[in-house]
Amino acid sequence: MAVVMKAKHQRLVLALVALAALIGAGLLAASALRDEAAYFYTPQDAKTKHIEPGKAIRLGGMVVKGSLKRAPDGVTINFDVTDNKAVVPATFNGIAPDLFKEGTGVVAEGSFNPQGTFVATNLLAKHDERYMPPELKGMKYDEKSRKLTANSSPVAQP
Amino acid sequence: MIAEAGLAALWLAAALAFLQLGLVWFGLTTDKPELLASVRPVAVAQGVLTALSFALLVTLFLRSDMSVALVATNSHSAKPWLYKFAGTWGNHEGSMLLWVMVMGIAGMAVALFERALRRDTHMATLGAQAMISLGFYAFLLFSSNPFARVNPAPPDGQGLNPLLQDPGLAFHPPTLYLGYVGLSVAFSFAVGALLTRNVDAVFARAMRPWILAAWILLTLGITAGSYWAYYELGWGGWWFWDPVENASLMPWLAATALLHSVTVLATRDALRAWTIMLAVVAFSMSMVGTFLVRSGILTSVHAFAVDPERGTFILGLLALYIGGALALFGWRIGTVREGAQFELVSRETMLVVNNLLLSVILGLVLIGTLYPLMTEAFGHKVSVGPPYFDRIAGPVALALVIAMAAGPLTRWRKDQARAVAGRLLVPAIVLLLAFAVVSVLAWGRIGVLPFLGLVIAAGVAVGSVAPLWKRNLRRTPLFTYGMVIAHLGCAVSLAGMAADSAFTVEKLVAARPGGVIETAGWKVRFDAITPIAGDNWTALQGDMTASRGSGSPIDIHPQARFFTAPPTNTTEAALLTRWDGQLYVVLGQEADDGRWQVRIWWKPFVTLIWLGGMMIALGGTLSLLGRERRGWLQKLRRRSAVAAA
Repeated sequence: MAVVMKAKHQRLVLALVALAALIGAGLLAASALRDEAAYFYTPQDAKTKHIEPGKAIRLGGMVVKGSLKRAPDGVTINFDVTDNKAVVPATFNGIAPDLFKEGTGVVAEGSFNPQGTFVATNLLAKHDERYMPPELKGMKYDEKSRKLTANSSPVAQP
Repeated sequence: MIAEAGLAALWLAAALAFLQLGLVWFGLTTDKPELLASVRPVAVAQGVLTALSFALLVTLFLRSDMSVALVATNSHSAKPWLYKFAGTWGNHEGSMLLWVMVMGIAGMAVALFERALRRDTHMATLGAQAMISLGFYAFLLFSSNPFARVNPAPPDGQGLNPLLQDPGLAFHPPTLYLGYVGLSVAFSFAVGALLTRNVDAVFARAMRPWILAAWILLTLGITAGSYWAYYELGWGGWWFWDPVENASLMPWLAATALLHSVTVLATRDALRAWTIMLAVVAFSMSMVGTFLVRSGILTSVHAFAVDPERGTFILGLLALYIGGALALFGWRIGTVREGAQFELVSRETMLVVNNLLLSVILGLVLIGTLYPLMTEAFGHKVSVGPPYFDRIAGPVALALVIAMAAGPLTRWRKDQARAVAGRLLVPAIVLLLAFAVVSVLAWGRIGVLPFLGLVIAAGVAVGSVAPLWKRNLRRTPLFTYGMVIAHLGCAVSLAGMAADSAFTVEKLVAARPGGVIETAGWKVRFDAITPIAGDNWTALQGDMTASRGSGSPIDIHPQARFFTAPPTNTTEAALLTRWDGQLYVVLGQEADDGRWQVRIWWKPFVTLIWLGGMMIALGGTLSLLGRERRGWLQKLRRRSAVAAA
């Protein structure tokens, strides 16, 4: 190690090491992303595509009116999520956001259990009543008919 | 009138930035050096005008002038004055004006206080700073005018997002912005050095205090933001790997790497090109972060005023400045002469390792943050969260922390591997001891990363202090203490993170008033629910007492708050801090049968996370003071020598 590398060499070696490290990081990231990135599904997607139980995903849709029930323990809720094409049962153990109500949009993070119920670990319902999750952009909820419809113009964000 | 004056000040400042750029340009390229004489006064005037403009906007908020659109949409006359004041930057336009003001003041500071830099480089730096400022002036004036009037004025405003109504708003955004935008100075220095072909140790010593100052503020801003999110969101988490958090972490990672590489450049005149590159990258990350936060193209858990249209404008600025700087880098870097060489076993090599690992983490975080945008282009909606970041950035960060302990124990230029190993013996023994202790206590019960985190934190804590071993403590320079404290802070913070994720106990129950909840050695008695009222909110408050062992019960009051303008609910967690952790109690919703949801966490040593963050910032401050004081002493000595001659 006593040999001092020539100036050009040292610069080259440093550059190569840096390059190798960055490529390595890129490959690492790619492989981890394949495993860990949570895809977004609508209830219809969830029904038609096979999703492995336990795989972390995000499920987005509307909470079906009349489906929200509280379990006897007081801290577990059961509800159905729909996009008007399919309905998926879901359960959540925790303190639901205040704006989480029947008939409003929700994005739930979690995974399916083997029985086909979506076990949510987190409910994203924003602290703002005008909020629509970006994933549900292009959908519109009609208060009267209680229907979720595709809308060509994106819903305005607050 | 105030709004018009504020707008006028902003236009004037923009005009001065234009003038500043022109003066520098013609002063450096033509034979008219007298042009350069007025650059500094212009930069100072520009800084003063931006500060004036910002002060006028603050005045409008404090007076609740509802004829100004920004005040009407983001404030309310019933708000406490602190939130009227801090609400100035709790929205898009106001925060961008804050950004521009920090940029103007940073330029002013460089004009006033920078003395060590070669004159032409100093001028080119000020020109570059004016150039960046111009883009953001244009952004404010053409697409985000904070002073626009609304006619007719509404009777009252719509109010501030209640999540932001917290003392944290007064401290976190300004500190973070000072750090974010302070990095623009490093960027301008790099551009100035490239333009005037002046990259060497003297330049690095001039640039270092600016980087250090920005980095200290960024560290404080992130630490404060993390704690704010921790207690305000009520989720018991302190870092969610949310895009908005990553947006502040990425400039910090780049600035940390820059801080270490500029030290190599200043001390040993090596890593010239790399340091310049990092200076460009660091501020680029600030701009990328601002783009991510302001455009709202990524879903965030944090409350932010976003506007997708304006995101495009920032994207344009981003492309212009980053592209321009990289083009300049490519064009001029050939003229930067080769710096000094170093041996394989040396402090320089350790710092290269530091830089590589930091860059790798930066790359991983950047990829993870932008990945959802990339897949969206192909029609897949994807989110990337903690599982990715923990799994991938965690191990690299642990390796980085180990290198951090070894680096200061290695000599500059040339060292012997055996000697370094010898100096690492004690930390290594402590690490093994910690391994044994943690294994006995928690083998198989905690995750691999928290386990390694605890073990490594112990070893690294000792390793961080080791540079003081056998030294005359009174003659040890202040900046060495700074480094030791900052490195120790990293170990402390790591210990807190690992302890929190390994040993946190969570309990979620529905309880009736009068009941007792027991968890992790704590007894929480739930006495009653009382309605209370604040300035612009009402709340249901849980009256509870918490006790541990034979200790006396302490009152705690978690609240569920209801704000009227805008109508919003928030939870205010009750925090009980003890030396060995925090009890975190959240009051949820009322179940139909009169029970209330109560969520309790016992988080052992979680406060170490932010204590470590503050230690890192303190270390930076000591280092800054130490270097600066040394500069003053030398100057004094030189002066007295001149006087004596």
